[in-house]
Amino acid sequence: MATMVTSTRPSTKKGPGAGPGMPGPNGNGSKRKDAFREPDSRGNRYRIGMWVALASIAMMFTSLSSAYIVRSGTANDWVPLAMPRILLASTALILLSSVTLEFARRKLKSSLHGEYAKYLLLTALLGVGFLISQVIAWRQLAAQGIFVSSHPHSSFFYLLTGAHAVHLLGGLLALMFLLLRSRRKTLEPALAAKRQATADAVTIYWHFMDGLWIYLFLLLFLWR
Amino acid sequence: MGRVLAVIIWILTLLSVLLFFSGWWFPAAISEHAPALDRQFLITIIVVGLSFAAAQIGLGWMVWKYRDTGQAGDRALYSHGSNRLEVLWTVITAIVFITLGVMGQSVWASLRLYDAPAGSYQVSVVAQQFQWNFHYPGKDGKFGRTEPTLIDDSALNFVGLDAADAASADDSVTAALAIPVNRPVELRLRSKDVIHNFWVPQLRFKQDLVPGMEIKVHFTANRVGKYELACAELCGQLHFKMKSYMLVLPEDELQQLQALPQADFQNKMTELLAKYPLPTN
Amino acid sequence: MSETHEGVHRHPAPTGFIRKYIFSIDHKVIGIQYIILALVAVLVGMVMSLLMRMNLSWPGTSWPILGTLFPTGAPGGQMTPEFYLSLVTMHGTIMVFFVLTTAPQGGFGNYFLPIQIGAEDMAFPVLNMLSFWVTLVGFIVILLAIFVEGNQGLGEWFAGLGPSFAGGSGTVGPIGGWTGYAPLSALGKIAGPGQGAGMNLWVISIAIFCVGSLLGALNFITTLLNMRTKGMSLMRMPLTCWAWFTTAVLALLSFPVLLGGGILLLLDRIANTSFFIPGGLYVTGLLSGTNPNFPLHTGGSPILWQHLFWFFGHPEVYIAILPGMGATSHILATFARKPVFGYRAMVFAIFAIGLLGFFVWGHHMFMSGMSPYSAIAFSVLTLSIGVPSAVKTFNWLGTLWGGRIRFTSAMLFALGFVSLFVAGGITGLILGQSSLDLPMHDTYLVTAHFHLVMGVASIFGMFAALYFWFPKMFGRFMSESLGRIHFWLTFIGVYAIFVPMHIMGIVGMPRRFSSFTEYEYLRTLDPLVMLVTVAAIITIGAQLLFYFNVVWSVFKGKRVENDNPWEATTLEWNTATPPPHDNFAGVLPVVYHGPYEFAVPGAPRDYVMQTDMEAEVPSGNGHNGHKH
Repeated sequence: MATMVTSTRPSTKKGPGAGPGMPGPNGNGSKRKDAFREPDSRGNRYRIGMWVALASIAMMFTSLSSAYIVRSGTANDWVPLAMPRILLASTALILLSSVTLEFARRKLKSSLHGEYAKYLLLTALLGVGFLISQVIAWRQLAAQGIFVSSHPHSSFFYLLTGAHAVHLLGGLLALMFLLLRSRRKTLEPALAAKRQATADAVTIYWHFMDGLWIYLFLLLFLWR
Repeated sequence: MGRVLAVIIWILTLLSVLLFFSGWWFPAAISEHAPALDRQFLITIIVVGLSFAAAQIGLGWMVWKYRDTGQAGDRALYSHGSNRLEVLWTVITAIVFITLGVMGQSVWASLRLYDAPAGSYQVSVVAQQFQWNFHYPGKDGKFGRTEPTLIDDSALNFVGLDAADAASADDSVTAALAIPVNRPVELRLRSKDVIHNFWVPQLRFKQDLVPGMEIKVHFTANRVGKYELACAELCGQLHFKMKSYMLVLPEDELQQLQALPQADFQNKMTELLAKYPLPTN
Repeated sequence: MSETHEGVHRHPAPTGFIRKYIFSIDHKVIGIQYIILALVAVLVGMVMSLLMRMNLSWPGTSWPILGTLFPTGAPGGQMTPEFYLSLVTMHGTIMVFFVLTTAPQGGFGNYFLPIQIGAEDMAFPVLNMLSFWVTLVGFIVILLAIFVEGNQGLGEWFAGLGPSFAGGSGTVGPIGGWTGYAPLSALGKIAGPGQGAGMNLWVISIAIFCVGSLLGALNFITTLLNMRTKGMSLMRMPLTCWAWFTTAVLALLSFPVLLGGGILLLLDRIANTSFFIPGGLYVTGLLSGTNPNFPLHTGGSPILWQHLFWFFGHPEVYIAILPGMGATSHILATFARKPVFGYRAMVFAIFAIGLLGFFVWGHHMFMSGMSPYSAIAFSVLTLSIGVPSAVKTFNWLGTLWGGRIRFTSAMLFALGFVSLFVAGGITGLILGQSSLDLPMHDTYLVTAHFHLVMGVASIFGMFAALYFWFPKMFGRFMSESLGRIHFWLTFIGVYAIFVPMHIMGIVGMPRRFSSFTEYEYLRTLDPLVMLVTVAAIITIGAQLLFYFNVVWSVFKGKRVENDNPWEATTLEWNTATPPPHDNFAGVLPVVYHGPYEFAVPGAPRDYVMQTDMEAEVPSGNGHNGHKH
């Protein structure tokens, strides 16, 4: 157990900057009164880590979409792709999966472990459904003779949907992980907190992938 | 140790500064915009040199003066800094640096923000791996049609000139650039394969040639002579050999050249290249 | 990951050799692994620079050993132009990615960030291990790229992967510079030697490296935000931690952009897309689309690659140097026995540099054909990034002022960092001006500028860090006498190498030329070229002393007598030497003071450790007019 050595002295010492919460400009410590706060909770790191990871994923898709915008704006070889209808089904599936995952997360918060597992499974199935529907879209295009190298729009279509699918696959693995974990029904508070934190992190990721899909869908078929 | 370090820092500073007075410098300029550019360079390098020397002398002084003398109980000054000083040097450097930056835009603006003046002499430059092609419009002042599908290096049609186009009858394509003195020149820069860069040191001028783009640039050369023209963007194996010459000719000599048909044009060019020596500095 | 009790060590100290030293999840071991990787990579990169100098100073000379090692790149021992260019490319790529990005951040950051903020490990130890191994795979792939086109067996194996993996015509590696400008890098082997399998591996290696760096950055940021110990407020963190944190943020936001660009480039190469390849190209006698070796391309934008690359590439410069700045501030204060001058200003300067670093990438592209109006904006923004850099320099001088400087090897290198940072950084005032780029773009002035500031200065920061922290990491000192000789030779050597390069740039010597014999106007520079080569040979020789010192000191160096040999103040000096598996033997420290309380009036010693509960530290700035 990593315990904290805490001061036995009162936290308001004389001599500014010397102790907790005392002002001290220029590197003498923080002016904030709560400089002596307790460290952040362990579970929080999963949430922080997830937001940080999402920032980086967002940057990658930003770079790809800026490439899309530049390329579509300057090119005279742009052949718009007819939207495969099945993508509407994909969109419905992934939206629904976000809803079921949110249910799962709330069930966990109310310690309803059985319900939690059920909704997790449902989400995972919807996720698989989304991926299958994406694969069908690719196969339909391929059947029409439209491949990655056919023209810029098809290149970007395969690239963006493919990159999104890879990330969603990662999310599916995380759901599997949560499912496996949910079989252990322990009630220790530390464990429950960690489980909640990981479930929160995965939910954040999944919602992000949902939003990302909507964004990509609009970019691919409404921008140009 | 502190004194040794201080002296070494000062010596290195002195030698570094002296090297800039050793006579190696820009080759003599031959373009209208060059004096302004050279002046801006000089101002900048004086600011750079002074800042460099001041910082190094200061650093040397600190390590000389504040070395630990090993006296027991002797302590450093207890100071966490001074906000007044921070504000002072932030404001001063911001003023100096940003002023420099703004001053540095005038030459750029004159060359790049405006189109070439009417009546500029026009040459189309088509770069390819390790070779320069200069396409002259001829007497009619009109470039013949060019088309990538017509390019055939083995038949020496390097720029893909369409022989069927009337405007191309009097056009010439050579491996060297000839331009008039004291008259604005507009270059249309293109590349057939990868990125190259048109560079004549004496012109103080550089521009990438990007495949898929035609980039128009302009300048005015003001001294007759022959100058080396280099590629300054890595373009592959023989990048270092992608060399040509730029001839700056008196107007009458250029007019004569311009009037010649393709074969004579090339012979005349060879003759002129032999006639003019390279600059000595 | 295993679910255990909150607060209990998540991973007890491993006992087996493999879990302890190879697949370790201990941030300290991972840090040392990164440092070893960087030491190997920098040796490779340095040998390449030696070969390049030899080729420039003695063109056409035959070096029999090269002929044996690289029969295609240097037939008969004579270096070919394509061999030289592949050295340029590999030297740049290896140095920037596998040295300047790994050692400062992955190495020292990994080892000391958790200790300095009082944490028992990184937030995600397994991810941390992965980030190292992914990076190592990237390094192996880039080494393969050197040999794949020159080696028959290897070349054939890769050719089996697809047509774009087939070798170019007899070279040793990719040609494109570390910037890999498209379409040269995108066209494939028709664009000449060095554009075949080696270039594919170059792109793949960089993509792998991006992933490794992202995992690392994620870990650094989360650790710093989540795991600071009690009392470790943000403004009590050592400046090293601020630097590592900002570096991680830069990496987190810039590497994904390079990854995206790398994927597009790879698709252009292996899937015949046209992201960066425009239409109507005619390459080595073939028109696009008329030959199976050169499929049809239309409408791509070469400048798009440059935007994506430099959006990453400029922050990368700061990724390389910020940790060096942090280490320098830390070490200057420790050995000047004085608090850092203007701690807050230093933190703001780090942030300002990081932030502005994202808005100046266009200054690499003044000559690229992008809008001349945006060039003006980029130019002025670029000059303004000099302001926080100057502020840092002033504050370093301020830290020394009134100090009692102890000249250890670590301190010498930290002082060298300041000198070199000024020498290299100040010429940014020239290169940042779009007008002056007309003569200066892609000359040796650029080479001199970035080598001094992001190369040598960063490396000096790392030398300082290693001499400084070595006793904590290994329980033994590095040899001070060897360290001093190493410093003098290197310090004078790098000035002798890079200052003359500025002159070459002014005369107009272009970068990335495998020979200067073609141009008359460059003839006058011959003596300087020779001077640089001789200085480079001596300086590289001096590094062997350093390598010897490292290896010798690990086993035979003078033993450290106590846990705080430098009389420093931060948390790493408050734990055992070397630190135990969980850093603080189960008892996390509590922080009461700022990180640089030296020369505190009235204190029994001339330093007050961050954990010193008893000490009284006055507040404020001795020179701000405050009276306490």
